[in-house]
Amino acid sequence: MTNVIETNKLTRKFNDFTAVDSINLQIRKGELFGLLGPNGAGKTTTLSMLSTIRRPTSGTARVNGFDVNTQQDEVRNSIGIVFQDPSLDDELTAYENLDFHAMLYGMPAGQRMERIKEVLELVELSEKRNEQVKRFSGGMKRRLEIARGLIHHPKVLFLDEPTLGLDPQTRRNIWDHIREMNKSEDVTVVITTHYMEEADSLCDRVAVIDQGRIIALDSPDKLKHSLGGDIISLEADAGLLPHLKKIKNIKKIKRMNGEMSISAQDAEHVIPAIFEIAQKNKIKIHSIALRHPTLEDVFLQLTGKSIRDEKAGAMDMFRTRIRSRNR
Amino acid sequence: MSKQLSGIYILWKREVIRFFRAKSRIVGTLAMPFFFLLILGSGFGPAYAAENGGGNYMNVLAPGIIGMVLLFSSIFSGVRVLMDREFGFLKEIMVAPISRTSIMLGITLGGVTTSTVQAFLLLGVSLLFGVQLNLYGIPLAVLFMFLISTSFVSLGIALASKMDDMHGFQLINNFLMMPILLLSGALVPLNNLGTWQFIIYLDPLTYGVDALRGSLINASQMPLWLDFAVLAGFCIACITIGAFLFSQRE
Repeated sequence: MTNVIETNKLTRKFNDFTAVDSINLQIRKGELFGLLGPNGAGKTTTLSMLSTIRRPTSGTARVNGFDVNTQQDEVRNSIGIVFQDPSLDDELTAYENLDFHAMLYGMPAGQRMERIKEVLELVELSEKRNEQVKRFSGGMKRRLEIARGLIHHPKVLFLDEPTLGLDPQTRRNIWDHIREMNKSEDVTVVITTHYMEEADSLCDRVAVIDQGRIIALDSPDKLKHSLGGDIISLEADAGLLPHLKKIKNIKKIKRMNGEMSISAQDAEHVIPAIFEIAQKNKIKIHSIALRHPTLEDVFLQLTGKSIRDEKAGAMDMFRTRIRSRNR
Repeated sequence: MSKQLSGIYILWKREVIRFFRAKSRIVGTLAMPFFFLLILGSGFGPAYAAENGGGNYMNVLAPGIIGMVLLFSSIFSGVRVLMDREFGFLKEIMVAPISRTSIMLGITLGGVTTSTVQAFLLLGVSLLFGVQLNLYGIPLAVLFMFLISTSFVSLGIALASKMDDMHGFQLINNFLMMPILLLSGALVPLNNLGTWQFIIYLDPLTYGVDALRGSLINASQMPLWLDFAVLAGFCIACITIGAFLFSQRE
């Protein structure tokens, strides 16, 4: 499999602040690739450099074989992009927005009509083609933006936080569309997100990014397995602890304020074993819960902090407000 | 090359579609110049006639008001790039594989078209109010309208490239557009400034209004070739500065 995106020590600084710090990435053709990290981790900056919006401070990147520093137009022809913030012209209709884009990318007239029809069908907006975008819901706008990004047959489609500010149902709907077009359009998709479920359910591979660096890169399943299996939270008398170590599928036991957090493989079968031991030793179990690890746990493990703990800065809050007004 | 042209064309088309779609905006932008023409025209008409021993003030005022419409609508359509940035649409344009110069040209041509249409609407209104215009001079007037409008749209884009949000727009309105308008003699011919008289010759719109009066009512104070030369020079300067500043933005 060939790589459609390759970066070599890609770096971007804003004055003293290093937003992206020597990132090396290889993204394969046809892949659905995720950049996962908290707000301000450098995801959007990375995307901006790959899409030639910002110039790297140092390092290089090639997209579809073209250098982002020296072959900007070729790169721009090879990519489609859906920005984090809405970027449609509200006063134009859906069709006009798409036509604008197709013209801007120099598509000949005959091809244009055909293609616009095709992408509108893909995102199920054919019936709304002549309606002004200002009457669209947030999810419809997003879908239209995805359609727009696809018009000129890009090799790579960048989606920057594609479901930010959307309700869960709409979010799932957008996911379906992303999966669908990844297959039917044969396009490599790179998304940034700080939603764990999104990266988990959508992406073939995920790069976990924090403070401008990639701290892990693998398929979501492998990332989760790297934690050593499922997690059992157990509330029981401390006397149980030495006995538990005898169960062979238990990899790791962490004690956090009276609760034990047990990493175990094949946890469904470990739980009966725990009960057996507890009963034999007449130790009381107060509560027990089993959960499969999420990417959140991976992030926690790697950085010692939770993605959700990241406080939204004033700018983000402002942004969200603006967004909810626009949508 | 054809790619650049189709880009310029669609940017122009977008401005035109947006302009004609917002009917209320057209009415809104034309209301002020309309009232200026009507109220100033009838209010100061007698004073003007007494001062100049006759003469119709409305005739003198109408080309001036057309100049005012061109100034305001042109600068505004240039500065509107800021709104596109605020609403995110500018990114969509900037990431396309066409040059910044083409983008600026497309926006400028769009602004020139909509401004000239507004100028023509006002010209029509003035005729309805009995202003006597030299209809044969209209082609020449259109040439000057293009020059005036192109200059100020580019100036607007240059300003927008240097501003981060719409807050600066009030400053432009008060410290740039109003002085340019008042010093140009568009509303009241300025002949009594004494030692400050030279200042009106620093205002590019002075030449624009003079040229419009020359072509529409045969009453210019300066030779038309001079108006043309100054406006053309100003226009080229504005386009160059605008294109430069616009391409500087990351």
